[in-house]
Amino acid sequence: MLAPTIQSLVFGILIGGLFGLAAVGLSLVFGVTKFLNVSHGELLMLGGYTSFWLFTLYRVDPFVGLPLAILALVVLGVVLYKLIFTRMVKLSDETKIKNTMLVGFGLGLVLQNVALRLWTADDRGITTSYSSHVIQAFGVRFPVVRLISFAIAVVVLLALQLFLKRTYTGKAIRATVQDWEAATLLGIDIHKVYLLSFVMGAGLAGLAGGLVAVGYSIKPDMGLEWTLISLIVMVLGGLGSFVGTFVAGLVVGIAQSLTSLWLGGAYREMVALLLFLLVLVLRPQGLFGVKEG
Amino acid sequence: MTRKQVLTTLLGLVLIAAMALVPMYVKKDSTINLIVMVLLYVSLASSWNILGGFAGQVNLGHAAFFGLGTLVTRSLWLSGWPLWAAMLAGGIVPVLLGLLIGIPAFKLRGAYFSIGTLALGQVLYVIVGNRWPLITSLPVKYLGSYSLAPRYYLFLGVALVTVGAAYILMRSRFGLGLAAIREEEDAAESLGVSARRHKILALSLSAFFAGLTGGAFAFYHVGYYPQFPFGPVWSFDAVTIAFIGGTGTIIGPIVGGIFYVVLKELLALRLVEIHLTVFGILFVLIVLFLPGGLVEAWQKVRDAFARRPGRPKVGRPLPQGEN
Repeated sequence: MLAPTIQSLVFGILIGGLFGLAAVGLSLVFGVTKFLNVSHGELLMLGGYTSFWLFTLYRVDPFVGLPLAILALVVLGVVLYKLIFTRMVKLSDETKIKNTMLVGFGLGLVLQNVALRLWTADDRGITTSYSSHVIQAFGVRFPVVRLISFAIAVVVLLALQLFLKRTYTGKAIRATVQDWEAATLLGIDIHKVYLLSFVMGAGLAGLAGGLVAVGYSIKPDMGLEWTLISLIVMVLGGLGSFVGTFVAGLVVGIAQSLTSLWLGGAYREMVALLLFLLVLVLRPQGLFGVKEG
Repeated sequence: MTRKQVLTTLLGLVLIAAMALVPMYVKKDSTINLIVMVLLYVSLASSWNILGGFAGQVNLGHAAFFGLGTLVTRSLWLSGWPLWAAMLAGGIVPVLLGLLIGIPAFKLRGAYFSIGTLALGQVLYVIVGNRWPLITSLPVKYLGSYSLAPRYYLFLGVALVTVGAAYILMRSRFGLGLAAIREEEDAAESLGVSARRHKILALSLSAFFAGLTGGAFAFYHVGYYPQFPFGPVWSFDAVTIAFIGGTGTIIGPIVGGIFYVVLKELLALRLVEIHLTVFGILFVLIVLFLPGGLVEAWQKVRDAFARRPGRPKVGRPLPQGEN
């Protein structure tokens, strides 16, 4: 009985890392711009299909192709920002959250249907020569591709953290999060900061999607589920703490994996919702967040 | 009553009478089915509007309430309950579920409620798909006596009750409270309007009427997959129609519902994928450029004429449902 539990714990952590990665992208955008982009999951899905296309059409190794998946989403991010989101920059915070959410909801549906036309409704995945490789340790199986994906997620998040803490641009972003008016007075061009963080969020979604396509599978209507997981992980972790968000990703991953084992896969979806409601009731600022004034 | 009000009331009554006579004059089933679709969407969007338009709380999982209405009504009705009782239950169960999200989420402001409803919609969609994977078909004893007219009248009744309730609500003190919360929550609270209680009550009504609409759907369809009415498309449709017409107004969801069904048919975009793309883009454009929908567009046109030189300037009507 113990072995399957440990095994599913490991699987939960591995997928949880990707939950964390996806949620950090969403959280970065939300923290800086107060855009709640509920088409984040669809951006992730498109990142997955970019990797899938690169692999099936041009035989590009999925890990080598990741920068291209990121690039594709960065470009799409710029287009979406310039075309749509820039029009909502000046709204009040409350209206901004509401309108970006509505726009994201519509946009998500459009992207999903475009993907349906391009790639059909089938589940797709990337199967490389090393996809079935597994490392056995302590009686637990570690699929190699998922292990690498997890490691990439961790490294990228550490790099992001370093970027925000150490570089001038990173500090400008954090200053904007704290107080955009003060940031403007200090000569920070907040429009650039907004664009940059939105695009970084899209890029992170692209990366996460590429990783999902290698270790798991993708389909056009996966977006909503990933948006939801990202939103819940973001709330669970608390705003303003990427470490918290990542840990919350692991918590949700483990919780889902264990419920699948004990109650069956059908109720996996419910866990995230229950966690979300629990957080609302018990600790609205999230597990690691700072209580807002 | 002013002359205008009398005229409006008369016009409304004539329209309702005309709608009631439709099954006697229209002999083509396809036309009646089309009107049924309009009535369904009007009810669905109006029910969404009670919370989303009047109170400004965005529900992104309205399909959960609609779907639950179909599920409860269909199972109880087919297990022998009288239709009215089954439909009543189909209205009440979604309310209970709505409270489960609303009570904790409305403690806080911001996007928590929207996230919660989005999650609820998705969770129910997946669970129902797993738990009831098989198509639900009417048993033979019902099939033999199936006729369209009673279905039509049921939908007409649900639409009238929903729109009527929304109308009474909007004109009531409670409706004013909702509008105050939508426009400026802090100010509303400072005047003694309990935002949380208002939102919870509006949510309950919204869920109830969505469930009722689901009940009519369950009575109308011969066969469908139980998961189908839980699909995210229904949430999207409700929001889109309310926005096309104009949120926070009574006429908005009606205009939006007609526009939606007619455009879908006119373009003959019968493939779900294409019509969703078109409406998705349209919806984004409306949120960005015309947040008051067709009602706002109409008001703008009217204003433009009212401001022509040589005519007295008419005061701008209060913006309704602007975000």
